[in-house]
Amino acid sequence: MSETVEKIQAIEANAASAIGAAETLAELEDARVRYLGRKAELNDILKSIATLPAEEKGPVGKAGNQTRGKLEQLLAARQESLETAELNQLLEQDRLDISLPGSPAIGGGSLHPISRTRREIEDVFIGMGYQVAEGPEVEKVHYNFDALNHSPNHPAREWTDTFYFQDDVLLRTHTSPVQIRVMEQQPPPVFVIVPGKVYRRDSDATHTPMFHQIEGLAVDEGITLTDLRGTLLEFSKAIFGDQREVRLRPHFFPFTEPSVEVDVSCFKCGGKGFLKDGARCNLCKGTGWIEILGAGMVDPNVFSYVRESGYDPETVQGFAFGMGVERIAFLKHGIPDLRLFYENDLRMLGQFESFGISSGGRV
Amino acid sequence: MRVPMQWLNEYCDSGLEIAQLAERLAMTGTEVERIGRHGASSDEFFVVGKVLTCEKHPDADKLSVTTVDVGDGEAKTIVCGAPNVTAGLTVPVVLPGGELPGGMKIKKAKLRGVESNGMILSERELEISEDHDGIMVLDESLRAGTALAEVFPPGQDVLELEITPNRPDCLGVHGIAREVHAITGKPLAELQTGPKPKGSESYTIEVENHALCPRFTARIFRGVTVGPSPLWLKQRLSAAGQRPINNVVDITNYVMLLTGQPMHAFDMDKIRGEKIIVRNAVAGEKVTTLDGIEREVDEQTVLVCDAEGPTAIAGIMGGAVSEVSDSTTNVLLEIANWNGPNIHRTSQLLALRSEASGRFEKGLSVQLPLEVQEIASAFMVELTGAELVSETIDVASDTASPQPIRLRANRVTGLLGTDIPIERCAEILERLDFAVAIDGDELDATPPHYRAADVTREADLIEEVARVDGVDKFPATLPAAPTAIGRLSGAQQLKRAYEDLLAANGFHEAITWSFINDAAIDALAPDGKLAIERLKIANPLSEDQSVMRPLVLPGLLEAAKHNFARGAEAVKLFEIGAVYGGTVDDPREHTALALLISGDTTAKTWRSQPEGGDFYALKGVVEALASSSGVSIGFAPVDAAARPYLIPGRSAELLIGDDSIGYLGELHPTVAKQHDVPSAVAVELNLGLVAEELPSAVTYEAISTFPPAREDIAVVVDSNVPAADVVDVVHASGGRMLKEATVFDVFEGEQVGEGKKSLAIRLTYSAPDRTLTDKDTEKARASITKKLEEIGGALRG
Repeated sequence: MSETVEKIQAIEANAASAIGAAETLAELEDARVRYLGRKAELNDILKSIATLPAEEKGPVGKAGNQTRGKLEQLLAARQESLETAELNQLLEQDRLDISLPGSPAIGGGSLHPISRTRREIEDVFIGMGYQVAEGPEVEKVHYNFDALNHSPNHPAREWTDTFYFQDDVLLRTHTSPVQIRVMEQQPPPVFVIVPGKVYRRDSDATHTPMFHQIEGLAVDEGITLTDLRGTLLEFSKAIFGDQREVRLRPHFFPFTEPSVEVDVSCFKCGGKGFLKDGARCNLCKGTGWIEILGAGMVDPNVFSYVRESGYDPETVQGFAFGMGVERIAFLKHGIPDLRLFYENDLRMLGQFESFGISSGGRV
Repeated sequence: MRVPMQWLNEYCDSGLEIAQLAERLAMTGTEVERIGRHGASSDEFFVVGKVLTCEKHPDADKLSVTTVDVGDGEAKTIVCGAPNVTAGLTVPVVLPGGELPGGMKIKKAKLRGVESNGMILSERELEISEDHDGIMVLDESLRAGTALAEVFPPGQDVLELEITPNRPDCLGVHGIAREVHAITGKPLAELQTGPKPKGSESYTIEVENHALCPRFTARIFRGVTVGPSPLWLKQRLSAAGQRPINNVVDITNYVMLLTGQPMHAFDMDKIRGEKIIVRNAVAGEKVTTLDGIEREVDEQTVLVCDAEGPTAIAGIMGGAVSEVSDSTTNVLLEIANWNGPNIHRTSQLLALRSEASGRFEKGLSVQLPLEVQEIASAFMVELTGAELVSETIDVASDTASPQPIRLRANRVTGLLGTDIPIERCAEILERLDFAVAIDGDELDATPPHYRAADVTREADLIEEVARVDGVDKFPATLPAAPTAIGRLSGAQQLKRAYEDLLAANGFHEAITWSFINDAAIDALAPDGKLAIERLKIANPLSEDQSVMRPLVLPGLLEAAKHNFARGAEAVKLFEIGAVYGGTVDDPREHTALALLISGDTTAKTWRSQPEGGDFYALKGVVEALASSSGVSIGFAPVDAAARPYLIPGRSAELLIGDDSIGYLGELHPTVAKQHDVPSAVAVELNLGLVAEELPSAVTYEAISTFPPAREDIAVVVDSNVPAADVVDVVHASGGRMLKEATVFDVFEGEQVGEGKKSLAIRLTYSAPDRTLTDKDTEKARASITKKLEEIGGALRG
């Protein structure tokens, strides 16, 4: 073995130990410059091969290149491990104050509780095959009263009770005129719900002159009162929880016969009328039942107004119902005062930022 | 309507607890508002007493010190303030422990130094009448110590019912008794009818308008002694909510409360000319009613007149002319039937409602007056000492009798969805006083006269059967096969998508009033007068809410003001709702979407500064609405004349095609100040017009597998050239490989020269088949440069 080859081996040994000893990327760079740099001894040896005797050229060249290759590998390996260590050290020191507030997603807005309730009700009925119909708020007396079988002296027709523009034009007092408008447009079967604003000339603690209703109308051959009950039972379970029952009380509405008022079993006390601590339930006032809507079988006289569109009272029948959205929203969210719905106070609206998916509904 | 329980039980005693009875009534169609109480809450401690001694109170002029035997062996000392108290009287007494109506508890108490062990009672204290002149004096045959409840009830339960407008037959205690009979099957006592007349006197009655007065009946009573009514009658009237007056008037009220049929007693001697004429009023005619008010009536009003003029407004209120007084000895008792709608109309016109008009307006049975004359006569003879000296004088137009209605069992099942056997239907209808004839699976039912107006069709019979059988026990089913697909229309989906997008962008949804006022609309114009169509309500609740809103903006500004006044720092609101215009003959409305930002649009956080709510903030939102719905919304200079509430240079008209669908703009500072908001930017657009533009489904466009080439250019143009014009030119001239051109900076300053601006635009090119080279973009840029020169633009740098 030539002297030069031995020298190369010594360089390799020194260099390997220097690389291994480098604790920082800077020390590693120093080692690289010292052993593999242009001015390094190894480089000098490789450059001087040409001057070596012929029999040494081969072995020295081979040994030098092998050593350089090995050292480059060692350097790369050491560099990677040092970089990882340095990164870990940096990350180790990188500590956010995770208690600071996050940058707000643009969000933070909300749907009005009326809108949210309206949608929730719409969705229940869409799921049962209903479409959503709408109609004008400035309405004709014909649609609001006459075609809905209101007697000429029905008190709701009074100027004291209803807003008029002139004798035959008014602000609709219920969403029911859309029943007639839909049936005029479309032969049976009809399954629609009608959300919208309605107006009554009434303003006190429990009435606002503008409020929201949702109307339902199902007309086909063979729709029965028990179907009405089943439909409203499904609705009540979806909105107020699976354990709900409904109760039908006979009532009177001009455009349905028979007519009923519908109560849902109280979801606060479970229909018992009293709470766990024995106190009287303040939501249902101890009765176990909460009135939620009026309903009934469409009066044959109503069909007679749309007979030409295919509504023969001898062959088609159906049910209709109407509920106040504010009342449902009040029951669901405990909003204690009707006026809060129309003040648009951000401190109230802001409480409805969440999607409103609640465990109260049906899974 | 108030139904005292003891009175009701006299005609039909259900044997149920009152709460159970109330529940049964509620579940069969008679709404119970509440179970009330008249008089004392409990009968306990109310007894009959005998006044043994009565002396003046030593220290009080108006008080007496009595000793009263209340039956327990020791005379009680009771201090009494009544002027009529004297030894020997039999009186009602409440002892310590008892509670007066109204809740006052009776305790042993010293009155001016003398101990009093209870209280001797007046009628008012027992809520029997208004009489508080002295203590009540009872029949002296009563034994001391007898519980007062054995004489008359110190308190009783009262059902407070809400009678639906289709059931005027239930506006009397006996009508409710009929319901109780129908729903419980307990026996119904008939009404007592009167004696045979002891004479055949007659009276001239002329009815001119039979349409408005289908029946007018009268009976004549002579030898009437007017005086107070007996205790039981006063008490029942009071419990039912009527003030006792005198026996004759009380009888008319009592029989009305019993049968539902109002009536009127005339002092016959005060009827001038000995005849009664029922006629329409002459326009402007004046009548002085019993309440002493002179009222002017119109030609549709029906008057009951004598030979000299009006004595009463028919069906609504009697007149002062022939009022019954203490000196009345002869009475003509009118029981008539009046046209319901006309009574209703007149009562509205005069703003005069009475117990009578409230019943007549619902349409009473034309047969009823004949029956009720018989019933009233019994009381007149018994309680006033009168003699009935006439048959019923009856002036009636032809009255049709109720016709049978067919009920088919299969129709009952078909409508209700549950079986009720025909025999059961018959049983229910018979209990409801219908005449029933079964015919196989069908029956014919003829309603009693008092139900004839309400029950005219098979559906009405089914309702009667269903409600009494109990609708609540019917099962729950669902409509057989769903024949419709439930879904939202495009416009409805758009509304929801916009609501969600806006909420996700920090807007809170508001709902403001549909009706506002002229001042609120005019406050939108800096000069105080906004030219805009106003649809006005003829009968608003107040001037404040008298005009249908032509814009949502005033409502949102009001909401913003409300929130700033309560400490809000910024307000971001939206509302979707109708706005109105047109005329009362041709009203119009459409659904508007309105947005309002006042203050910053994003909040200051620990790592970012707030962003101001300005034109561009809301323009971005409009662009997001447009792109999210695939509808192209354009921006053009605002119609400043029509929209004086906006700053003209900081506003835009929103366009679909060339048509305006609304506005976007910063609020005029004067208008903002007027509304107490710092500054505001608003949008209002016609959502219906956007919905009409909804595109059909998106068609996929092939995406290039080759990377795009991008370059930025700076274009110098005159300051007044809209950036969109420059971008349009770039697009038009950049060739088909130019996919996007976006302004990312705007610069004005010395470097670009006076009156000029520099727009930095990022261009994105791509081709479907190859990677683009510098050569491609250079070519495009040359073409762009040339076209820009035509509008006075130059590429910079």
